[in-house]
Amino acid sequence: MDVLVALPVAIPLLTAAALAASGHILGRRVDDIVGIVAAAATAVVSTLLVLRTLDHDLVYWFGGWTPRHGVALGIAFDVEPLSAAVAAFAAVLTTASFVYAWRYFDEAGTLFHILMLTFLAAMSGFALSGDLFNMFVFFELMTVSTFALVGYQVHSEAPLQGAITFAVTNAIASFFLITGLALVYGRTGALNLAQIGRALQGNGHDGLVIVAFTLLLAGFLIKAGVVPFHFWLSDAYAVAPIPVCVLLSAVMSDLGIHAVARIYWPAFSGAFHADVPELRALIVGAGVLTAAVGAAMTFFQRDLKRMLAFLTISHVGVLVCAVGLLTARGLAGSVLYVIGDGFVKAALFLAVGILVRRIGDGDELRLRGRGLDAPLAAVVFFGGAFLVSGLPPFGSFLGWSLLVRSSGDVGYGWLPPVLALCAVVTGGTLVRASARVFLGWGDANDPLLSAEPPESEEEPGERESRFSPPLLFGPALALLIVGAGFSFVPGLAGHATAWAQRLQDRPTHAAEVLAGTVPPPASPVPLHAGLAPYGYAIGSWVLAIGFAVFGLYRQRLPGLLRRGAGRVLDRPVAVLKGLHSGIVGDYVAWLTFGAATLGGLLTLLVR
Amino acid sequence: MSYLPYALAVWLFIVGLYGVVTSRHLIHLAVCLTVMQSSSYVLLLSIGYVNRGTAPIFADVPKGTRAVDPVVQALTLTDVVVSVAVVALLLAMAMQVRKRSGTGDPDKLHTVEG
Repeated sequence: MDVLVALPVAIPLLTAAALAASGHILGRRVDDIVGIVAAAATAVVSTLLVLRTLDHDLVYWFGGWTPRHGVALGIAFDVEPLSAAVAAFAAVLTTASFVYAWRYFDEAGTLFHILMLTFLAAMSGFALSGDLFNMFVFFELMTVSTFALVGYQVHSEAPLQGAITFAVTNAIASFFLITGLALVYGRTGALNLAQIGRALQGNGHDGLVIVAFTLLLAGFLIKAGVVPFHFWLSDAYAVAPIPVCVLLSAVMSDLGIHAVARIYWPAFSGAFHADVPELRALIVGAGVLTAAVGAAMTFFQRDLKRMLAFLTISHVGVLVCAVGLLTARGLAGSVLYVIGDGFVKAALFLAVGILVRRIGDGDELRLRGRGLDAPLAAVVFFGGAFLVSGLPPFGSFLGWSLLVRSSGDVGYGWLPPVLALCAVVTGGTLVRASARVFLGWGDANDPLLSAEPPESEEEPGERESRFSPPLLFGPALALLIVGAGFSFVPGLAGHATAWAQRLQDRPTHAAEVLAGTVPPPASPVPLHAGLAPYGYAIGSWVLAIGFAVFGLYRQRLPGLLRRGAGRVLDRPVAVLKGLHSGIVGDYVAWLTFGAATLGGLLTLLVR
Repeated sequence: MSYLPYALAVWLFIVGLYGVVTSRHLIHLAVCLTVMQSSSYVLLLSIGYVNRGTAPIFADVPKGTRAVDPVVQALTLTDVVVSVAVVALLLAMAMQVRKRSGTGDPDKLHTVEG
């Protein structure tokens, strides 16, 4: 039996326990090394899992409780290549974060390593689990470990506020989940996803199934940060320590979306099979709203970390659209987008960390023209900004191509231009920030941007040399290069589409999980996307540079034009900013409103 | 089976949610969260309840004895354990906030916004 399947959770969890017992004796550097080795080993195991599941899933029943007569008794990990790839990606980024934290984080005690490893175990388990309740437990484990990590720097106020907002909203997300799960269990008597799918298929859906699905969906979308569930995300990511931000932004948000796919196809697609167009419209609508709001808020930020937090929200919107198209290409595209784009976001966060570390500030306007103290950060920043704005054929381009093709397949031809427009805004904002920080371009002040953030409380590091130390800079550059090169893996799009089809073929998948029937090998589905993705990507890249120039020299436009635009836009901008009030009660009210809207729309759309 | 436990679960959820939204003190907020949590315990247990069922211990009872569902009880226990961790951490954070800024009111924390 494949013990390998349990290792992505077992390795980090056991290492964390061992560190908790002995870490304080061993000293900081030993902790660092143990953390790096454990995370790297997890990455290797998860990658092996991808390679071993290319043709069929690996289903591992804990304690040997295999299904009897097609009824699941035990708890299973159901590994298919897409989930294993996400788990491997999480482990790679954790390794990079540990390497980075070696120099970055003076106050990182043993606790930091323990929490990071627990977080990694939770992410792996969440990605691989084939059991609804197990997903909930790993979801909670993610919440608890990241909650402590966000508030790691307890000596200052902002991380505390971010952590509390995070904890309250995510705790409510998990109540949604457990309530939805209880209803599903009450209806089907099953917790295994494939088993739930079998029980729900053919019966159609009634009020109970809709309520349960709404609650589960809302729980995962809160984790992902979909509008209007996104408020906690920007507050938490803006204050978390940089090595933690990397994981939060590049992996955790995306896991929420991935979970939607993991529950929808094996468990709920049978109940909703007659309502695919309505469901598609609803989810893609939420995705477009998220991408647009995230992009707009990115533009208004001057705190670089907060800017990247809103960038994360905007990209979550793109992912929701990709998954929400409810096609194999869309799902495959979402996973490739997660990985290609995640590397780039991670590199950008690390670059901000280098600025904070060397210059002692992470604010766009205060840093104007001072960035060249850390010249290598400039390389990462400009590179990342170009990749975010779409520069083909690097980074997330492969995922983007799948998304474009898939939108065409289902008659959503309007979707790619809209999302490309969002990329113009987010990419343009990053180019603007890069140009202002590193080249000193643009005006020294911009009243449109949000209020000045408090001076960073992190002390600038000892300035030993003009160049950043390799342990800080190495991970950032490595992630950027890997992210840029990710799209060049030959045949990846075709294979990923075939894997997605495997997950979406509910009866075959259920037979595989519950009866061990090995499906016939699938051949890759070629991606003939034509030139359209290139067109969108190049277009958005060029426009992003133009938009960056606009952002830098906006105030030199003729006064008449500015006043006219101000009269139209001032109100909505103020309202949009005002919504992000930082008050946890408001955010919870939005969660309630969002969940209620979701449920209402589902009930109306799905007959 | 009576509908009362389900009504109670919904009631607890709504009351707790109202408390969280309107709370002006972090400790109060944490307590409201636990009220919301109780709703999921009630719901889980009532789903697994069987009229006139005994505890799900199958030693020394005749075959076919009615018993309540043990799975939901296991779920509830797990749920209790995880939620305790969340609330404990939240209370610790509340203490830190009080120490740093001298207030327990979440609305008076204004370090991140906009």
